[in-house]
Amino acid sequence: MNRMAARQFLDLVEAAREAGSKIPGDIRDLMVTRIYEVAGAICQKTVRRATEPTRDWDTRLDDILTSRLLGYPIMLALLGVVFWITLVGANVPSRFLGAALFWGQDRLLDLFSWAGAPSWLTGVVVMGAYRALAWVVSVMLPPMAIFFPCFALLEDLGYLPRVAFNLDAFFKRAGTHGKQALTMCMGFGCNAAGVVSCRVIDSPRERLIAILTNNFVPCNGRFPMLIAMAAMFFGAGLQSAAALSLLGAVLLGVAVTLGVSWVLSRSLLRGIASFFVLELPPYRKPQVIRVIVRSFLDRALFVLVRAATVAVPAGALTWILGNSMVRGASLLAHVAGFLEPFGRLIGLDGHVLTAFLLGLPANEIVIPILVMEYSGAGAMVDLGGLDALRGLLVSKGWTPLTAVCLILFSLLHYPCATTLWTIWRETRSAKWTAVAALLPLAVACVACFLAASAGRFLGAG
Amino acid sequence: MGSMRHLSLHVPRGLRMPWHVRPGHAPASTCCTVALAGNPNTGKSTVFNALTGLGQHTGNWPGKTVVVAEGIYTHCGMTYRVVDLPGTYSLLATSPEEELARDFICFGAADATVVVTDATCLERNLNLVLQVMEITPRVVVCLNLMDEVSRKRISVDVDGLSSELGVPVVPTVARTGHGLRALMDTIANVASGRLATRPLRVTYSPEVEALVADIEPRLSAVMAEVAPTISPRWVALRLIDGDPGLVEAISERVNRQWPQDTRPRSAARSVAARSGIPA
Repeated sequence: MNRMAARQFLDLVEAAREAGSKIPGDIRDLMVTRIYEVAGAICQKTVRRATEPTRDWDTRLDDILTSRLLGYPIMLALLGVVFWITLVGANVPSRFLGAALFWGQDRLLDLFSWAGAPSWLTGVVVMGAYRALAWVVSVMLPPMAIFFPCFALLEDLGYLPRVAFNLDAFFKRAGTHGKQALTMCMGFGCNAAGVVSCRVIDSPRERLIAILTNNFVPCNGRFPMLIAMAAMFFGAGLQSAAALSLLGAVLLGVAVTLGVSWVLSRSLLRGIASFFVLELPPYRKPQVIRVIVRSFLDRALFVLVRAATVAVPAGALTWILGNSMVRGASLLAHVAGFLEPFGRLIGLDGHVLTAFLLGLPANEIVIPILVMEYSGAGAMVDLGGLDALRGLLVSKGWTPLTAVCLILFSLLHYPCATTLWTIWRETRSAKWTAVAALLPLAVACVACFLAASAGRFLGAG
Repeated sequence: MGSMRHLSLHVPRGLRMPWHVRPGHAPASTCCTVALAGNPNTGKSTVFNALTGLGQHTGNWPGKTVVVAEGIYTHCGMTYRVVDLPGTYSLLATSPEEELARDFICFGAADATVVVTDATCLERNLNLVLQVMEITPRVVVCLNLMDEVSRKRISVDVDGLSSELGVPVVPTVARTGHGLRALMDTIANVASGRLATRPLRVTYSPEVEALVADIEPRLSAVMAEVAPTISPRWVALRLIDGDPGLVEAISERVNRQWPQDTRPRSAARSVAARSGIPA
């Protein structure tokens, strides 16, 4: 039955196609035109517009938000304000959470010593796993709980498509698809999600460029680190300065995205930008409470839980590495020592690079690992909030220049393992996945080297 | 006991593509599949959330729903599985989203397809409605964003629109939940067949119509076997305009020997009704 049906069907397909091709004109265009006619006729009968479509407030608002003159300043100002709110708001709860969680650490230590636990167990569980977890929670939760709802509100208002509209010209000039602005914005949430969203770009060449450069905007996992760095080294009691430096970092990320796209579309992935139409959706009154609750639950807590699940084993592993002695020094010290010269060259140190290596599964845990490396094996440091972290870093020879280099490296280096895996799934190509890892790494190293050299030349480091 | 098992089968399936999820796991009498189609920015995801209460975040964002979301709701003792298709302007399958939406409407064995429209720019939205109606008669038009309609001082003759289209039209404000109960009632009536629709048929040029008149009857037998929910007229039209993707999708289904037990139950039933094969 099926065989016969298949035969019959294919014959019919052939006959229909042949008959169709004999009809003059592009038959599909004619059909679509006809559908439009019918739709128009129905609307003529059923829809009444009171007056000429008035230029109401949203059209006027669009004229301002996407104007040549004011579009960019408004965009920057909004982003700056969001950062400022995040920095100011996160400060106090972060300190409070830090104090509470490290009070908990002391109680845990008391408990372990009361139970007579062996020191290695105390080390792995409390000094390793718990401390990493405490850092993730106290440093990451408050900024995320403020930043994500703010960002989601902008998204819900309908502002993000306007951002894409504003940026479209830039992307066109870089020889890529205007929709890359959208996938880039998606990357602010999560680079893996950003890479998946590149499916909206039809041209394979442009999609690949969007995938390869998605990593240059900081995702959820990296934002808290950037925020912490900005607050510690550029805030100096003035949150607006920290917000500005954060804004600068994001702008640099966008600039690198455009620059690398430009280079790629003129070298490895040559071609011209394809045309597209972006509809500006109407502004909608955001469902404030729902957006806040949802973005907190779906994004902030989601990222936090993911970070915590990675941080706990990573913390334990780091403690073990930091306390396994081989020829007079810990394994961690060996790795860090090996990376030290290169780290110094690009304005960082071996420990930071080790932290980034161990942080490959998720960028969220780079800072906790770094803290463990610096303090884990050594003397107890009273850690509570950002002030204490700053003290620890300064005691390890950090300067604002180191912070700049760390921000640059974090912003530009290879994507996390999840994103790399997603890139492999999207491209099905080991070659392009390797490019997606190595290209940003090279960019990050060059940028850090330049910044470090410039800083040293100016005497800042 | 029975209801427990029933519940465990209907956990929303997140990221899986809709046609990998076979409908008909549960007794067909208690579960209907509803496809949610619509242009981007019509509040389709808001309608989805309001119906299912799944509460995933919706963004005001073109191309947001690349991944298909699924949810369930119950209404008058029936369980409805809702599939939130990607927002598209047409079903011509020129982009992955359009292809996905079209394939689900064709082969997803939906009992009803809701087309969410932006009532403030109905003309553009009706294109999709008309295209969906060409594939399946079981269509409900959701006239969303009615609050903005009154704000922009537009008036839409809902009853007139419904009689022009020949399918039910339900005005809603999904953001506030206004009209959703009526939408659920209408979905129930269309899915169960209690409300018979008479979808407007777009007629094309005489040459095209002559070809369709020739091809459509010859297609009916095959289509009843492989995809009984798709209108043969629509398939005939696609064959004439030479849509390779659809031909491929149908050929694949023609070639594949479907084991009886995995065939969607509703599909198996209507095949039985048309061809006299015992289900």
